[in-house]
Parts: sequence; C-alpha cells; structure tokens
Amino acid sequence: MSGRVYAGKPARLSGRRSRNRTANLLVFLILTAGAVIILSPVWWMFATSVKSMQEIMQYPPTFIPEEFHFKNYVEAWTSPAANFTLWLVNTLIITVFVVIGSVLSNSFVAYGFAKIRFKGRDVLFAVVLATMMIPGFVTMIPQYILFSKLQWMNSYLPLIVPPFFASAFYIFLLRQFYMTISTEIIEAAKIDGASHLRIWSRIMLPLAKPAIATITIFSFNGAWNDFLGPLLYVNDEALYTLQIGLQTFKGTNDTQWHYLMAASLLVLLPVILLFFFFQRYFIEGMDLTAGTKG
Amino acid sequence: MKTKTGRSALRPSVSSRGHYTGQSAPRKRWLTIERKETMQGLLFVSPWLVGFLCFALGPMLFSLYASFTNYNITSRMDFIGLSNYERMLTIDSLFWISLYNTLYYVAFMVPLTTAGAVILASLLNQTIPGKRIFRTVYYLPAVLSGVGVYLLWMQLLSPSTGLVNTVLGWFGVDGPAWLFDPDWTKPALILMKLWGVGSGMLLYLASMQGVPKQLYESAELDGAGPLRRFFTITLPMITPIIFFDIVTSTIGGFQVFQEAYVMSESGDGGPQNSLVFYNLHMWNKAFEVFDMGYATAMAWVLFTFIMVLTLINLWLGKRWVYYEGGDR
Repeated sequence: MSGRVYAGKPARLSGRRSRNRTANLLVFLILTAGAVIILSPVWWMFATSVKSMQEIMQYPPTFIPEEFHFKNYVEAWTSPAANFTLWLVNTLIITVFVVIGSVLSNSFVAYGFAKIRFKGRDVLFAVVLATMMIPGFVTMIPQYILFSKLQWMNSYLPLIVPPFFASAFYIFLLRQFYMTISTEIIEAAKIDGASHLRIWSRIMLPLAKPAIATITIFSFNGAWNDFLGPLLYVNDEALYTLQIGLQTFKGTNDTQWHYLMAASLLVLLPVILLFFFFQRYFIEGMDLTAGTKG
Repeated sequence: MKTKTGRSALRPSVSSRGHYTGQSAPRKRWLTIERKETMQGLLFVSPWLVGFLCFALGPMLFSLYASFTNYNITSRMDFIGLSNYERMLTIDSLFWISLYNTLYYVAFMVPLTTAGAVILASLLNQTIPGKRIFRTVYYLPAVLSGVGVYLLWMQLLSPSTGLVNTVLGWFGVDGPAWLFDPDWTKPALILMKLWGVGSGMLLYLASMQGVPKQLYESAELDGAGPLRRFFTITLPMITPIIFFDIVTSTIGGFQVFQEAYVMSESGDGGPQNSLVFYNLHMWNKAFEVFDMGYATAMAWVLFTFIMVLTLINLWLGKRWVYYEGGDR
C-alpha cells in the first residue's frame, strides 16, 4: 500500500516510513506492557479484597480469586473496631469547607494578581511563588503552637480556616488562567461603571469555570487524602477522618488483608471515580503548569 | 475609598506629587484612579496577605526565635543560645541517620522519577493508537494517595505472598523482604514513588506538545533517527520543565514523611531505623516528646539546606537549561 502512495518519493523516505511503523508498533507494545504493570496493583487490591483469608495466605498466590466474597466489604465497613460511616461524614464536612474556602479565596486573590494593576503587585507575586519553596514542616510546628494557643485543638478549625486564606499553588494556577482572558472585556465593563468586585463575580468567575473545576477537584483530593492535618489536630475518635480511621483500622486488623484492602478501596473509590469522570480538569491543571514554566 | 471623591484631587499631598504626572486637572484624576486601583488590588490579594502573615511569615519568625530556646509548649521560653543546634550536630546520632536516609531517598528518587517520566512522555508523544487510554492508565496512580495506597503497597511488598515478589519469582529472582529488611526499606518506598510517575509524565507530555513540529520535520529530512531527534530536539526544548520538576521533586523528596510514618508502625522508623527520615525524626521530637525548641531548630536547618540546594540547582540550571527566545 505504501509503495503506491509514496511512489513519487525517494525510496529512502518510504523505507523510513515503514521503519517508523515498526518503531511505533514497538512503542505500542512497550506501553501496553507498562500499562499492565501500572494497573496490576489496582487489580491486586481488588482481588485481595474479595478473597478469603485462607486464599490470601495460600502459596503461590492466586491472581483471579477462586471465590468472590463481596461480603468482605460490608464486614470491613461495619467492623466493630471501626466507625467508617461516622468518619465518612466527618471527612465530607471538612472537604466541603476546604473546597468552598479554596475556590472562593483563590479565585478572588488570583484576580487581583492577574487583572488589577497596582504598585507592589509583582513583588507580592514573587513572594507568592517563593512560599511554594518553603517546606511544610517549617511552618507546621509554629502553626501547631498557634492553634493550640487559640484553643483550636481537637476541632476542625485548623483544617478548614487556612484554606480560606488562599494558597500559593492555586493562586498561581488560576492567575495563569485569568491571564488568558482578554483584558478588553474588563476595560469595557469598567467603562460601563462596573467595580472590580462585580467584574470578578459576574464576568471572571463564569469565564474561568474550567480552571475553577480544576481547583475544586485538586482541593477535594487534597482534603480527602489529608492525613497529616487530622493526625496533628484531631485526637477524639468521634472526630476522626477516613484517613486517620483507616490508619487505626490497620492497627486493629493487622494482617487481615481482605478487610484492609476492602476498606482502602472504598476510601479510594471517590477519588478514582472523580478521576475517570473529570479527567480533563486534572490534565488542564498540568497544562497550565507546563505552559508557563516553559 | 476616600480618594473616590473629587475633593481628594485638591489635597496638597496629591498636588505636590503631581509633578511627575503633569499638572493639568485630568492628570490629577488619573492619579486618583491609580490609587483606587491600588486599594482594590490590595483588597483582592488581602486574603492571601493575611494568611501569609498569620500562617507563614509570623510562625516562621516565631520558630526562628524558638529554635534558640528550650520551649516545650508548657515551659517558659528560656534563651539557650545555640545549644539546640549544637546538640543536633554533636549528640543526637539519630539526626545524622535521618539525614543519611533522606539524602539516600532523594538521590535515587529524583533521578529515577524524572528519567521515568521523560521516557514515558516521549513514548506517549508518538503517533500510536489508544493514546488517550494510555495517558489515563499511567496517570491513575498519581491521583491515588493517602493511607489506602500505603496499605496497598504493604500488601504488594509482603515478602512471601505479595505481588512484587511473586512476579520476581517468575524470573527466578528471590525477592527481598522489602519493608522488613533494613537494606530494602528505602528502595521499597522509591518503587512505590515510581508507580506514581504519571503526574510528571503529564507535565512533560504537555510541554512536548509545545515543541514546534517543523523542527522534527527538518531534522527528519536531514536524516536524523528517532533517538537522535529525541536527544537533539525534544530533550533540549523541555529542559525548563525538567529543571522545574527536579527542583520541586527535590524539595518534595526532602519532606518525605507520610509513607514512612504509616508503613513503619506509626513512626517507629522501620527496621534498624532505616526509615527514620528527617521529617519523621522532627515529628517525633515535636509531637511525641514536645521538644519544640529542638524541633524548630531542625526545621530551620532543613529550610537552610533546601534553600542552599535550590540555589545550587538554579546556578547549575544556567548551564544546561535552554530557554527559547534567549536568556531569562
């Protein structure tokens, strides 16, 4: 086929075409093998979660479970040593506040950095970028002392108040997005007498929906997976989150791998679902980061 | 907000400043608009500014002072000079162990994940069927994090019945005891990190798609093969992203904590302290024995260390990072 299509071209080139095709086939095979390697832990997690304890201990291990014990999920979730339903509610409460706080504060602050020209703006933005380099532990210890002096220990306040004060990475991402929105719209709105507050809420927020979605998903993931925050500030078992709960569950169900994997999979499930349904927003965030560093 | 009224234009302070914008009346009004913009700009960035002062700068200055005291939450803060730093460098042997473990982790994790991500991205950047599906599959582990993933890897790395050693067994390799063998605990964590290489891959893929197509076309006409095109076009064009990735993952690598904490029985540091990373040691000092003065001193040593390393990175970066459109 290629012979006829490229008949007019030098033989050297058409030879390269077919060599390219074998190269691409090789790449395809490598990527397929890689995909199997990448996915096998996830399959293993599912397989282990539905096995019986005897089958897990069996040597050599089975890849496809002999029997599927889906009741493992119910038994893990309702295990007397755990209170997953309560921990789920707690996690949801924290997550909702963190997402609202992150979206509001970061979209607001980023507008200031992207679309308002004021003295000292560039210096402040350089400070924003510099704070991304500060290791978390340097601020964590004094923050802990601060929150304990404020009597915020054993409450969700240390987890949900700081997101309302914006964070460097999200400011950066949203600013990059705002920069792509034409300034002419803003100038026009200004001539019509709109204040910046109005421009932000009526024009920018609707236009920035994809970027806001990215921030929503990132901050949801961050809050859902947060382990350090609750570990530090929450002691009361009634206030535990899923991550802390899972860690405690591991302590009480040591080597009960079917329960551990079932519970882990349930905790990871919302993140997996979110990823499959809103994948493009994850990728959008990456594109924004890549496009500006280049 | 005061400047909104016309009156402010008559105020002496404004007219005295008027000399650099001109003396005419419309010019003066321009100045007030500029001021109004500044006020509004500051209003918009104020949430970040307040947060920065309260949750970053303030705490950091406090911790700098605390690092020279014997503060332990309940005690007074007695100034003890440099003795926290002295104790760290001379008496606390775990400090050196933790530093070694952390450097080991960073030294292997950063090059391996960077190389892995670049190779994966360049493979995905070819014209192959199912590109989107591959991208999704490779990116999936990167979004999975938290305790669930650590528990999964503890199962995968289980010495006798885990997936990793089972697969190694097919090739006749007798797999190590991973998390139970002090020589293999850190490689185990690095292996887990490599599984999540997809986030870096996505970053590189995005930047590779920005490389002008005509560069490849003319190189192909000149007879450059795929490997040569990769090393002479793709790699130089994405050096800014490689650089960004190396800097951020080095900073991240120095802060390795959660996986070591969860995978070593709530922070006991694994067999023979092989998982006592810098942050784990700091955590135990700060929140297990509440030796806050000492822990803040450790935090500042880490901060200084990372700053110096980042500066070295920036300096080295000038030698190998290529910016299209000249120096930056």
